[in-house]
Amino acid sequence: MSGRHLAEVQPDSFAFTEASTKDVDFWLAKYPQERKRSAVIPMLWIAQKQEGWVSVPAMERIAEQLDMAYIRVLEVATFYTMFNLTPVGEHLIQLCGTTPCMLRGSEALKDVLAERIGPKGATSADGKFTWMEVECLGACCNAPMIQISNAEGDHYFEDLTPESLGQLLDAFQRGETPAAGPQIARQTSAPEGDPITLTDATLFDGSRAKPIQLPNRPAPAAAADDGGDPTPGKPFDSRDNQAAATETPKDKKDA
Amino acid sequence: MSEDLKKIVVDGKEIEVPGDLALLQACELAGAEIPRFCYHERLSVAGNCRMCLVEVKGAPKPVASCAQQVRDLRPGPEGQPPVINTSGPLVEKARDGVMEFLLINHPLDCPICDQGGECDLQDQAMAYGRSYTRYEENKRAVDNKYMGPLIKTIMTRCIQCTRCVRFVAEVAGEESIGMVNRGEDAEITTYLEAAVTSELSGNVIDLCPVGALTSKPYAFEARPWELEHTESVDVMDAMGAAITIDSRGAEVMRILPRVNEEINEEWISDKTRYVWDGLLRQRLDRPYVRKDGRLVPVGWAEALDVVAKKLSGPADKIGAIAGDLCDAESMKALKDLLVHLGVQNRDCRQDGSALGGAHRAGWLFNSTFMGIDEAQHLVLVGANPRLEAPVLNARIRKAWLYGDLKVSVIGEAADLTYSYDRLGEGPGDLDRALSGDLLSAVKDSERAMMIVGAGAYAHAGGAAVLNRLGRFAKDANLAREGWNGFNVLHTAAARAGGLDLGFVPGEDGKDTAGILAGAQSGEIETVFLLGADEIDMSALGSAFVIYLGSHGDAGANRADVVLPGAAYTEKSGTYVNSEGRVQQGVRAVFPKGEAREDWAVIRALSGAMGKALPYDDLAALRARMVADHPAFGAMDYAPGPAGAEGFDPSALGAEGDLSGAGFATPVRDFYFTNPIARASRVMAECSAAKARTPQVQAAE
Repeated sequence: MSGRHLAEVQPDSFAFTEASTKDVDFWLAKYPQERKRSAVIPMLWIAQKQEGWVSVPAMERIAEQLDMAYIRVLEVATFYTMFNLTPVGEHLIQLCGTTPCMLRGSEALKDVLAERIGPKGATSADGKFTWMEVECLGACCNAPMIQISNAEGDHYFEDLTPESLGQLLDAFQRGETPAAGPQIARQTSAPEGDPITLTDATLFDGSRAKPIQLPNRPAPAAAADDGGDPTPGKPFDSRDNQAAATETPKDKKDA
Repeated sequence: MSEDLKKIVVDGKEIEVPGDLALLQACELAGAEIPRFCYHERLSVAGNCRMCLVEVKGAPKPVASCAQQVRDLRPGPEGQPPVINTSGPLVEKARDGVMEFLLINHPLDCPICDQGGECDLQDQAMAYGRSYTRYEENKRAVDNKYMGPLIKTIMTRCIQCTRCVRFVAEVAGEESIGMVNRGEDAEITTYLEAAVTSELSGNVIDLCPVGALTSKPYAFEARPWELEHTESVDVMDAMGAAITIDSRGAEVMRILPRVNEEINEEWISDKTRYVWDGLLRQRLDRPYVRKDGRLVPVGWAEALDVVAKKLSGPADKIGAIAGDLCDAESMKALKDLLVHLGVQNRDCRQDGSALGGAHRAGWLFNSTFMGIDEAQHLVLVGANPRLEAPVLNARIRKAWLYGDLKVSVIGEAADLTYSYDRLGEGPGDLDRALSGDLLSAVKDSERAMMIVGAGAYAHAGGAAVLNRLGRFAKDANLAREGWNGFNVLHTAAARAGGLDLGFVPGEDGKDTAGILAGAQSGEIETVFLLGADEIDMSALGSAFVIYLGSHGDAGANRADVVLPGAAYTEKSGTYVNSEGRVQQGVRAVFPKGEAREDWAVIRALSGAMGKALPYDDLAALRARMVADHPAFGAMDYAPGPAGAEGFDPSALGAEGDLSGAGFATPVRDFYFTNPIARASRVMAECSAAKARTPQVQAAE
């Protein structure tokens, strides 16, 4: 039982890139000068986006910019588990191990990751992958799932099986960028395969619509006597057109 | 405050308390005892230990009494005062539950824990806990952290009260300790396990309610119930902090602070706390006489005989200098003897300061230390309170942090743990800095203070500087009825007492510089050093040097006769702190070997010379001292503004050329300011650790 620890090997220095500086300025502008330390979490996040992890020089750089004591930034960085305190591989794999995913087979995915990459928290020998287990990522309907964070951004890969996970890893290994989302034939979180409900075409072509009798509306026959023109002063009913459309063939036959 | 009094009922007893009190304080006023770990009167409220839960009638759950104010309680439906219960089944169950959780991960190592016997957790577990555990899982363990040479850590014992975090950030003004990680993994640590370099760091050991932070030098030395407690006074700086000297047999085992709101609140500096190992090293435990270039142990009779012969020589060829740690009794006895012999060359200001003169207010801290709490503007001239009196500095920081104190500094640009305007660095800047904006600001301020430090009054041009500052004090009306903002901060515990006793050059007498110059030129043939180690010994030339003191430091090294005296823990002595507060230290252990109390040595010497001083015991000496110097009659009393009647600050010093180097504190290394500290191994470690550790920036 031990907490997260700082990496033993730390870089000598840290500097925000030009793009990161722009982001930092955006966040700093949100807070009054005397409350600028409110930007500590966004800045740590920007640093992590840039480097993949938060190093000690990065924390010190942020502390200096925000006029905070080093220890205060360290407290924040160690409190939030989404800040990586050690370097991670090119693709950071976060596997959801919470109940719905576990019930749908995340344990088997763990075995795959453990076999291909190493124990939890490990980085693969080629530096391509790091994996860790996290709590619910909010995609329970597509369980089991993982999130892969890399230069492309943070993407969910859902409806995994040990086989499809293996293929995913192979693809990343080859330098490809597999499509994110469900890894089975499924549109977003819709049911797997073809729809099994609401399949009748008449549901959507309007053929099942029934004429409605409104109590204060003249009978359709009377309306037909007037040559089909709507009665002046008749209250507007959105169904009118539809009713007319369904009735027309019959009216025409009568005429 | 008075209109904000609220009525509450605590355990059936109705009391009226200010609305801004915490429930915990209100309950204590009502006589109820509330257990707590994280709450501390002098720190901000954290509310994270939950031990202080009480029942508030109408509240759905027990309430953490430290974190709720009386004014936040709602009255009953018909306007009845709120009702609080500090006992009963709900509160007892709550305490029992909290205690069970606290003990889940706490190791059962009380028998080998240094906190044992004075541990809040131990005591409260006895009072409120259960005698068995229901927890069957593994306990967690936490790696120990390095926090410097003074603080030993056993972090598995930590209950995350964060008192230490709050203390260093708020009182010591150095954000170096924090809590990292979270939940079960939460740990207290310094940043990257660097040493805590604050001069007040030892106080976290007292604050720690469990045995997580204990005293490293004192580790496994003694148990609290074996120790004899002696309430005494500290001499490491000129504040005269209240201390308890804990001793076992002939040995001082540790030194702890006592509460004295007027002086040190409840803090002491690391030097005060940890100097005790210096009391056992480099001690002078028998008389020595230099024979053929080497100091040879001799008997008292022979040593006194040699000294008596030397002092019987022509009086104008004798000089005497009193050091930094002398008690008033020994200075009084030596002065009486010198006067008796007709020796005019005497000085208690071995730093060469320009202090002295007709009025006592000219060398005292006239606003009193408590005055800082209400001060609005503080001008520090040549003073670095952080090094010269760290506990005083904490008080200034408190006024700066919680009040609206504005600080201006003329002197070094040091990290004082609070922000300030730096208006100049030396005497040359005084005329410019002390006029215009500062003068009008100080004049307009109702509670303005100026602290004159050793960097100013002991400057080469100290008299002129003091005179200029005195004129400023007069112009700004600092010294008036009901408030005296002219303050001198001494660096030595003996200084104010020496000046009060008139241990200064007599008619046509030489001061410290004069005595040293005389020794060089041969005008002075015999120099008596009463614990004086901070002068330049090489300047004593070929003079015959008599050293009376407790430690083998520079003075004893140069001396031709060494008379062993008692250290401050070994004698009952009177000390006057910077405020002019007369306090009595109490003997905790006996002097080492053949050493005797300093005044008794001087009395014996006078007997050996056939000019016996007219007192045979301490009581008689003290009676004589009070008769000659009435200020010594008022114990534990700081005169403050009341003592300033007829005080004209512009008469201080002497007009002269304002030039020379910038003001610099004489305390170059906080841990090495006196012979006892220089003999201490712990102080040496602290000094080395400080040199290694980069300074952490001050807290906002």
